Amino acid sequence: MNDPNKNKLVYSTPKKWDYKLSDLLAVNGIRFITGLLLLIMMFVLGKIFIEGSGSLSWSFLTEFPTNNMTEGGIGPAIFGTVTVLVLMILMAVPIGVCAAIFINEYAGNTLWTRIILLSVNNLAGVPSIVFGLFGLGFFILFIGQKLDEVLQTGLLFGQPAMLWASATLAVLVLPTIIVSTTEALKSVPFSQRAAAYGMGATKWQTIRDIVLPQARPGILTGIILAISRGAGETAPVLFLGCAFFLPDLPIGYINMGLFSIPMINPTEQFMYLSYHIFILATQSTNPMLTKPIQYSTTLVLIILIVALNLTAVIFRYKFRRIIDEIRGVSS
Amino acid sequence: MDENKIKSPYLKKNSRRREWKEKSIRFFFMLNGYTAVLFLLLIFIFLIQEASMVIVDSGILDFIYSHKVLEGGAEVRVFEWYPTSEDPRYSLIPLIMGTLMTALPATIISSFFGIAVGIYLAEIASSRTREILKPVIELFAGIPTVVMGFFIIAVVATFFQDLFGFLNRLNAFVASLGLSLIIIPIIASLSEEAMRAVPRELRMASYSLGATKWQTIIKVVVPSALSGISAGIILGFGRAIGETMIVLMATGNAAELTVDIFRSVRTMTATIAAEMGEVSHQSSHYYALFFIGVVLFITTFILNLIASLVLGKMNKNRKFYE
Repeated sequence: MNDPNKNKLVYSTPKKWDYKLSDLLAVNGIRFITGLLLLIMMFVLGKIFIEGSGSLSWSFLTEFPTNNMTEGGIGPAIFGTVTVLVLMILMAVPIGVCAAIFINEYAGNTLWTRIILLSVNNLAGVPSIVFGLFGLGFFILFIGQKLDEVLQTGLLFGQPAMLWASATLAVLVLPTIIVSTTEALKSVPFSQRAAAYGMGATKWQTIRDIVLPQARPGILTGIILAISRGAGETAPVLFLGCAFFLPDLPIGYINMGLFSIPMINPTEQFMYLSYHIFILATQSTNPMLTKPIQYSTTLVLIILIVALNLTAVIFRYKFRRIIDEIRGVSS
Repeated sequence: MDENKIKSPYLKKNSRRREWKEKSIRFFFMLNGYTAVLFLLLIFIFLIQEASMVIVDSGILDFIYSHKVLEGGAEVRVFEWYPTSEDPRYSLIPLIMGTLMTALPATIISSFFGIAVGIYLAEIASSRTREILKPVIELFAGIPTVVMGFFIIAVVATFFQDLFGFLNRLNAFVASLGLSLIIIPIIASLSEEAMRAVPRELRMASYSLGATKWQTIIKVVVPSALSGISAGIILGFGRAIGETMIVLMATGNAAELTVDIFRSVRTMTATIAAEMGEVSHQSSHYYALFFIGVVLFITTFILNLIASLVLGKMNKNRKFYE
């Protein structure tokens, strides 16, 4: 017997006429439920897109809100979101990536690191409002007021401000960054490290020149997802310096002789896109009049998040290809 | 042998200076690692410390009930959350009820949809459909919750109000609808992964016994993937308990003890979000809010822990099949 299909499992699907009626109903029922869910999703996004795209324009993105928030744009909210996220990344990425390098490259696979990774993983699921509580109690009321006492600055640090909001968001996204970086480092095969050692590289040289470059797209995926998470969060920044309306951008000037250099002042309050949506939707003086603005602001936030997530998907795809290539060569 | 213990052989021949450099770099990373872990540990310690002040202050029973003196002088036991009145009452019961009345319906609705979508993706859809649908659903999971909250109060709440004429336009039911929208993707992707991990041989055996596709799904695939599916449901439930913006916007925020799902309620998360901004530092109201935070933290942490243990067990079982 020389059957070519001998070692191949043949998928013996029952013939169409063998199906019982109930089977047909159930399978199509599942199809129907999935379709229904997709329709609901389409409806949510479509409604926001149709209602929001009407008043979306360049001036809407750059202008200040005017006339008691019923007209004008969302310029300061976008500015505040970007600056807070940049500060957050500056704080969270170095600590998070270095911590992941330590956990994966130096600490080794011990019970202790497994416990740490498990709790870090679980911290990513702790409600964001709890992080907000922590930010208020620890950063503002504890560290901020201590700083004011020591530096004799009156009430500068001990109040809600951009600095503390981004610090809180940094703590919030730290688990995401640590977990994704550890995953990225883990997927670089050990043979790569062994080859580097064999060439006489030290541990640090191996990490710097071999492991990190290969893991880079994976690490970037995690960072982009962290930015997207930070941009979408509202609850933790609710009482950390988000403002309903600010007449000026949070910019301070440093005078240096003839020049004055504009700098972002992290001790000021700020406007935040997601908080702006919340405020417009719940505490607006005239909710009907601001409806187009509400939809447009929501659309801007959704576009921002979707763009970030798509970038992350592309990076992840790139990363998988790199790793597959390495695996193909080394195995 | 632990791969990370292998040292570069070249290191032995290196000069002392180089060895010192390697050691200091290791120390630098270690410092960062411990800083990160310390920060995450600090959250827990800090919350506990702030919350313990109120327990020392007034005792833990105050969080369950308090006594209210009626006009005639009689005392009744009340379950009320009135932190700002002259005789502040801090019972958590209405808030816990509010949380459960939004989280439980949301979990039930999204289990139904999530498992159905999971079955579709894992068992029914062609691989091309799956490749397209999975990212779409994952993308939907990334949509900010404030957007969902906004959508609920702008469209859904008014729609149901017109349809059924509820007493409160914003109520626990519409909030749980909003919550389901964010939990469905979680349950769907976890159940899909769990079902795809079920070995093909089990399906083959079922088919060879004459079972139809649906019989195979419901009697073979789903039971073997049950641990993964339940991990998804637990994670979804934890997410529903901890979600803030949707419930803050869509529940109506009335801290009344009710079991009617179409009435306004107030959840634990929404209470923190609504009251933390105005509370004065180191008052017992401030500490009470931290106590709610601790309750939330511990509940969600335990739920997540259960889910990851269940998932870990599932992975072990999978290895057994292979």
